[in-house]
Amino acid sequence: MDYVWTLLFVAAIVAAMVNGRPEALTKAATEGAAATVQLGMTLAGALALWNGLLRVAAKGGVLDGAGRLLRPILRPLFPSLPAGHAAFTHIVANTSANLLGLGSAATPAGLKAMAELETLNPKRGTATDAMCTLLVLNTVGVGLFPATVLSLRAAMGSNDPAATVVPAVLASLCALAAGLILDRTLRRRWR
Amino acid sequence: MSTYSDWLVPIIVCGIPLFGLLRGIPVYAEFVEGAREGLLLAARLLPYLAAIVVAISALRASGAMDWLVGALAGPMAALGLPAELLPLAAIRPISGSGALALTADLMRQHGADSAIGRLACVVQGSTDTTLYIIAVYFGSVGVRRVRHALACGLIADAVAMFASVYLCRWWFG
Repeated sequence: MDYVWTLLFVAAIVAAMVNGRPEALTKAATEGAAATVQLGMTLAGALALWNGLLRVAAKGGVLDGAGRLLRPILRPLFPSLPAGHAAFTHIVANTSANLLGLGSAATPAGLKAMAELETLNPKRGTATDAMCTLLVLNTVGVGLFPATVLSLRAAMGSNDPAATVVPAVLASLCALAAGLILDRTLRRRWR
Repeated sequence: MSTYSDWLVPIIVCGIPLFGLLRGIPVYAEFVEGAREGLLLAARLLPYLAAIVVAISALRASGAMDWLVGALAGPMAALGLPAELLPLAAIRPISGSGALALTADLMRQHGADSAIGRLACVVQGSTDTTLYIIAVYFGSVGVRRVRHALACGLIADAVAMFASVYLCRWWFG
């Protein structure tokens, strides 16, 4: 990231020299920083609202409810797990939290699931099938309630901040299907 | 015209506290605690936003962005993708906050309700930060051979990007 970021400025300077507009660059840099702070104020307000509501929902047991619905869907994805293993409980909690946009709850649950899966790992340092499947679920991260995008759209003055929710869910379901099919096909070859 | 999404937010804002109250939750205290987390999240995101937005603004003002978009427009168009999307698609699997900053920048440039602005949000919302998640999850248990997890994650990201473009075209007509 260090190199990429510095390179962006080098590229900007070179282009400004070629195009002969250094003053535009000065203006853009200072205005860009100022615009960020303005955006940040609105964004902070929206994020406070959504995170507050999400926390109330989570405390009210929405996660457990989602978990009960997800359990039968997730179970066949992890055939290598013994019945009743603690890893599966954490996997369900991780997926429910992702689904409801509770990122701060998803990662701790996901890491606990990884730790439990590691106890079943015959080859230390090499990923197991179940670990790879859990990673596909997380890297796709189907989220029904994208609080950050919603907040950002509202902060940018959208007339319809929630307009992108449904297409985003559908797109991530496509990605999830592709990821899971690949996971199934590659796991036998890539040992 | 009022659409489903016009009602979505009011129903959620009103429904969640009601739901919490029925379940016997101290809704006010919990909301305040969650709002605090939200503000801290915003404070964590802001420095990244500043770093990326400044760099991208500089790139745009200098004319370098026009070159890049111009050079990529041809090959991207052949795939049916708008060239403006490429920087976002490239950074999405690597840096979540960087991608969010690019999404914000695309909305600032084109408008939140423009085709590009909406597409950026769909791309942002349809996948997660693959490389970061792989690093954190596997790192936590000392796994170095990640086998097919990386390939699956990155190909799924590509699928999400193409699906976003086509779904946006279909959904928003």
